[in-house]
Order: sequence, then C-alpha cells, then structure tokens
Amino acid sequence: MAKYLLLKHYQGGPAPVVDAGPMDKWTPEEVSAHIQFMSDFGARLEETGEFVDMQALMPEGAFVRYGGEGQPPVTDGPFAETKDLIAGWYVIDVESWDRAVELASELSAAPGPGGKPLHEWLEVRPFWGEPPTVTE
Amino acid sequence: MNEQLLRDLVPAVIGVLVRRGADFAPAEDAVQDALVEAVRVWPDDPPRDPKGWLVTVAWRKFLDATRSENSRRQREERVEAEPTPDPGGALDDTLQLYFLCAHPSLSPASSVALTLRAVGGLTTRQIAQAYLVPEATMAQRISRAKRTVSGVRFNQPGDVATVVRVLYLVFNEGYSGDIDLAAEAIRLTRQLAAMTNHEEVAGLLALMLLHHARRPARARADGSLVPLAEQDRSLWDTKLIAEGVDVLQTALARDRLGEFQAQAAIAALHADAQTAEETDWVQIVEWYDELVRLTDNPVARLNRAVAVGEADGPQAGLTALAELDPALPRHTAAAAYLHERAGDPATAARLYAEAAHAAPNLPEREHLTRQAARLNTQLRN
Repeated sequence: MAKYLLLKHYQGGPAPVVDAGPMDKWTPEEVSAHIQFMSDFGARLEETGEFVDMQALMPEGAFVRYGGEGQPPVTDGPFAETKDLIAGWYVIDVESWDRAVELASELSAAPGPGGKPLHEWLEVRPFWGEPPTVTE
Repeated sequence: MNEQLLRDLVPAVIGVLVRRGADFAPAEDAVQDALVEAVRVWPDDPPRDPKGWLVTVAWRKFLDATRSENSRRQREERVEAEPTPDPGGALDDTLQLYFLCAHPSLSPASSVALTLRAVGGLTTRQIAQAYLVPEATMAQRISRAKRTVSGVRFNQPGDVATVVRVLYLVFNEGYSGDIDLAAEAIRLTRQLAAMTNHEEVAGLLALMLLHHARRPARARADGSLVPLAEQDRSLWDTKLIAEGVDVLQTALARDRLGEFQAQAAIAALHADAQTAEETDWVQIVEWYDELVRLTDNPVARLNRAVAVGEADGPQAGLTALAELDPALPRHTAAAAYLHERAGDPATAARLYAEAAHAAPNLPEREHLTRQAARLNTQLRN
C-alpha cells in the first residue's frame, strides 16, 4: 500500500475545464448536491479501507518566517489572490498509483451548476515510503 | 503476563471455535474479545490452562454475540447438527488459519492485516498504528477481508507459497512504531516453519534472521542509513546469524532451491564477511544468477549488476547494468555508485543527484543527496 495526497486548489494548476463560477452563485440545491458528493466520497473511502485523512483549509492565512535573534517573526500576506491557493486534501492509502488516479478522477467528477461534473483539476502527490528491510 | 505467549495461542483457539461450527469472522471477533478479557483478568488470576481458559471465554463471547444478533436458535441448531470434527489438533488449525489469511482472493494489504490479527493476535489499533492509517480504516480493511474469505472452507489445503509472500511483506514493509513488525514476522515464520517442514519457509526464516541480525548497524542514531559496506559489523547479532545460517544449511541440504533460500544465501555470505573487503562477491554473483534463473526478477538483475561490479570491477558492473531498463527503481543510484568506483566522480555526482530525486523514501533520498554533495565538494577542491 502507498499513501497519496489528493490536493484540491482554490486556484492554480492547469486552466479549469469548466467555468463553474464561485459557489455562492450556485443554487442552494447545487451547493447541497456538491457537499453531499464530497461527504459520500469520504464515506466510500472509509468503506473500502483506503481513508487516511481529509481536511479543508480556510482561504486566509499568511507566510511566516524567522526574523532573526531576538526579533519577532516576520509575516507576509494574506495572499487570497495568490497564484496557487490550496483548498484542502484527502490522504488515501491505496494499492497503486493507478488506484490513486482513479480515485482522484472520481473526486473530480463532483457536481457543479446544473448537476454537471466540475472536471476540477486535482493534484496527486505520493508520500515517501519507508525503507525496506531487505536491501540486497 | 507474557503477551507474546498469549498471542501464540490465538490461531489455535480460533481453530477450535471454527471446528465447533462457528464461522471464521465471528470466531475471530470472539477470540479478540477473549484476549481483551485475558489481559484484564490474568494478572490477578492466572489460569492453570491458558488455552482452555481462552477457548471457554471465546466460545461464551461467540454465543453472546450470536444471541445478540437474535439468531441464536438457528445458529445453535446448526452447531448441534454439525458433525463432530475430527480432532486434528492445534497444529492443523493454526496452519489452516495461515492459509485462510493468505487466501489468493485477498489483496496483499488485506492478507497482511488479517494475518496480523487472526494469526498474530494483534489488535486492530496496533495494526493501524504499524501502517499509519486510522483505526477505523484498518477495521474496515480487516472486516472486508473476512467477508472475502467467508465462503472459504476451513479444511481446504492451501499453498505455502502465498503464506510465505505475506510474511515477507510483513517483514519488509511497514513503519517502525510500537509494534516491531520485523520481530512479529519472525515469530509467525518460526511458528509456520515448525508446522510445515517446507524448505522455502525455512529459507524465508533464514533470510529474516540474517537481516534482522544487522538491524542495530543499519541506521545511525539520527535515523540516517548506513550502507552495508560502512556498517559496524561488531554490532551484528552473531547469535541470530548463527541461527540463520543453520536454518539455511538445513534447507539447502534438501536440494529444492527457491528464491528465499537464494536470497538468504546472499545475506549469509554478507554476514560471513568480517570486513566488507572480505566479502565473497564471486559466490554472491553465482547466487544472484540462481535468483535471476528462479524469479527473473528485474530487481535481482539490478543487484546482480552491482555484485558483478564488486567481483569483476566497476566496468563489468556498468556493462551488466547497461542491459537493464533504466526505469528500474535504484538503477540510477547503482550507476552512480559504479561510476564513482570507475573513477568518474563528475558523472557519479550528477547521477547521485538524479537518483536522490527519484528515491522511494526519505532516508534513501537523504543518503543519495549526501553522496552527491560529498562528490561535488571533492570536485570543487
């Protein structure tokens, strides 16, 4: 088994295929259907024994760095308009890269306006594994 | 109370319940419940017959569970109607359980999880921690696995080869947390070896013992990897090595070679060398030839190329490597190593950096990055 991060971006990545507009412009039913889809997806992962973690991030926040000896931390931002903004993630534990891609594709079919799939780009990133015991 | 002793009894107790007519899945649940009770009760009130105690309590738990499912009468009627099973004994039961948990209808990860629980007697929480997934996820994986094998009859003969592969996975892949998966794999393989008299089971046990013996030398205190050639061999566990060699020799004497015996033979040759320089690379290459013949495994071919580099010089190693698919894991790292030995540090540095980029785990990446950094610093001076 190997762990993968399915990373959802507010913005960034390849150009969107479907221009769904901001969610607050959807109908309440469309919003509910989308949220239901996400929650069903997580439940399915739990059912198959592939679920590790799911988190959603608020759009705000800031960049922070060490300010030097005796100095306060330096902050920069928030960058709500930054090029790449992470919205949240799933962490899955699956048999193969192919399975990770299959699941990402499923998640990307979450419905948008008119109940049509959003075709949203998801970033799939492998976790580092553990070194094997047998080395030669 | 010796927890390992307690866990040794688990498969046999499950076997008794199944022979009494319980289905595998509820029997396994009932035995887990009995284990929890044993941990609670035994310290103050140790039983005279631990196995008998577990059977009694697990059977009661099983009946309670079926009762609460409101199907007690049907179940009990079926149990009553069941022909008295032949008294095959705990050994057969335990062996059947190994086969069931490694059933070919299960995915490798499911087999591993089910084996650790039903044969190893670990709790779902312990297994979840060992594989860094939530307990609910591991519980789901185990219950799906049980459902998958629910139709398998307990007395069907199984294939030892599938069990051996599952135990190898337990040994080789996992995280080092509270549960020592390598030690657990050794315990389960020992148990299997005692029951089967199969040369590949012995081969696997030898392989595990010989690698486990080197564990204290494999990593520095900070977790960084120490390559075999640089390991402090005085840290190797000579008792485990002696046992591994002994188990291997007995297996090899039966003249039915298999891949695990061949791998163990290679590990034994490394273990036999007092210093890296004394390693008998010529014999190691011969064993890799056997291994390639037995498995045609590309990873074995890659390791063989590295061994050829030691036996016949780096140019010969590079020639052997050139015949292999460059996309193989660790191909670039092997090329980097051989190029440095061939006196081409610039190429080696470039390849080490490239290999670091494609490394499958962090300790390897850090090791390869340090190699690249070392050579680049050398080249600058």
